[in-house]
Amino acid sequence: MKPTPFFLVLLALGLALILSLAIGSVFLSPVELWDALRGQGIQTAMQILWDIRLPRTVLVALTGAALGGSGAAYQGLFRNPLADPFLIGVASGAGLGAVIAMSVKWPYSFWGLMAIPMAAFVAALLTVFIVYFLARVGQTVPTTNLILAGVAFSSFATSLTSFLMLRSTGEVRRALGWLLGGASQSGWTAIIAMTPYLIIGLGILTLSGHALNLLQFGDDQAQQLGLNVGRAKTVMLIAASLATAAAVAFSGIIGFIGLIVPHVMRLWFGADYRRLLPLSIIGGAIALLVSDVIARVVLAPQEIPVGIVTALAGAPFFLWVLRRTKNQGFW
Amino acid sequence: MLRIENLCVDYGLRRVLHDVSLNVQSGEVVALIGPNGAGKSTLIRTVSGVVPARSGHVHTNGDDFRSLTHIQRARYLAVVPQAVSLPPAFTVWETVLLGRTPYLGFLGQPSQADEDLARRALERVHALEFAERRVGELSGGEAQRVLLARALCQSTPILLLDEPTAHLDLQYQVSLLQLVYELAHHDHLAVLVALHDLNLAAHYADRVALLVGGRIKAIGAPREVLTSELISDAYCLPVQVVEHPLSGGPLVLPG
Repeated sequence: MKPTPFFLVLLALGLALILSLAIGSVFLSPVELWDALRGQGIQTAMQILWDIRLPRTVLVALTGAALGGSGAAYQGLFRNPLADPFLIGVASGAGLGAVIAMSVKWPYSFWGLMAIPMAAFVAALLTVFIVYFLARVGQTVPTTNLILAGVAFSSFATSLTSFLMLRSTGEVRRALGWLLGGASQSGWTAIIAMTPYLIIGLGILTLSGHALNLLQFGDDQAQQLGLNVGRAKTVMLIAASLATAAAVAFSGIIGFIGLIVPHVMRLWFGADYRRLLPLSIIGGAIALLVSDVIARVVLAPQEIPVGIVTALAGAPFFLWVLRRTKNQGFW
Repeated sequence: MLRIENLCVDYGLRRVLHDVSLNVQSGEVVALIGPNGAGKSTLIRTVSGVVPARSGHVHTNGDDFRSLTHIQRARYLAVVPQAVSLPPAFTVWETVLLGRTPYLGFLGQPSQADEDLARRALERVHALEFAERRVGELSGGEAQRVLLARALCQSTPILLLDEPTAHLDLQYQVSLLQLVYELAHHDHLAVLVALHDLNLAAHYADRVALLVGGRIKAIGAPREVLTSELISDAYCLPVQVVEHPLSGGPLVLPG
């Protein structure tokens, strides 16, 4: 493992973090940032940093990391370059689960907050299995089947979600903005609630690089090389869905990060999943941080949902990947 | 070394292998021949543990394969699949190192010794010079050699090959089978190879097993199995068997 790619992406991550902390309705210069971080700056700068920018930045970075990592894992598991938590319907499924959990009147407490990602996780897992079995032909999952099944299930889940929202009031109705993928549900509580899911999900995925490498040669060869294919796939699907669910439960449905980031990383740094997975996790954080900054400034002082930014960049990219794979792609 | 006893395999309700028994000794090449759909690939997939057997046993040195874990089995037996649809972005080197999987730790981090073995395996198949290329850029013959190197990397006493010469030009078919022959006769591997080409089977195999409709119809030295009666019957095609002008072995010709 060469250290260079990690050095590069960590450098980019650092820049993206600073950008995200500095830019907003009030610009904080690096000096002001540094002072506020040490707790020495002016009062307003401290408040902006600790109560608004920092929690938001951390949440966005964690969400992006979850989407990048689970995107890389789904692509490897389905052996399909277009698998992405959004495109295969898992994100919408998780969103539906989260909205169902929200429409139950939980006592507003820490455990109520924990119930939402749990419901999102269960729904995400169910979605993966439904879409997988709908799309499967024998041992393979053809691209078109996967995307069609994902789109079909996704619109089903989305319409159910809309229905639930329309017949509800107050709390859940506010979720509409959240579902479009704006990290508006900020605050340190969300980050604390999200972290255990991410550590487990992304931790397992980071350790699964070798198994994913083997799976790229097909189930038969992977097993003949000594991998317990059934068990490995199940564990990784659960881990990827855990990460997706955590992202959706706290940041809404954000498409295309899980598609773009692993692709770019694969192009730049090669196909070895032992490297690709951690790089996609870091890259996901960078990509979503940058998208979030764009979402903040493009119509300032108004913000647009970050999901719109990622979709505007991601949809053309999706078409490009589709073309590439059609012409005997690189993937 | 490899003992297959009374193996039966079902696909759903259809029985595809009937009571197949076959031994492969260390140091010999056994060629598996038979028409398309006879069950050659199924037999290889079953022995390698990918397809479950309905009944029967696969043994090696007294170990029943069913009682082994995936990793233990991968230390006994390596498979060279047909070189179709390899993940194109992997390099040759990364691909061959995956052969060390049954000996690696949880993270799959190869040691210096693993890398040395991979290098020697690549040398053996004359593929070291393109170790850094991506497998998507390889020709069929090159890709097949890489897969053989990966199997050698597994350091197993048993080697199975599933039609390794399909889609290859004649010179690659010959050089690949020459190498397979050496692996049995110099390195004392037990080799079972499914082959399409009857004349290559006659030339490189110590023994030939004829599989028809999921049953072993005949097994023995090439000149005992490659007879005009047995082959005409198995392939539903009249054939003549003549003597090879140089080796004296059987040569099968349609007509």
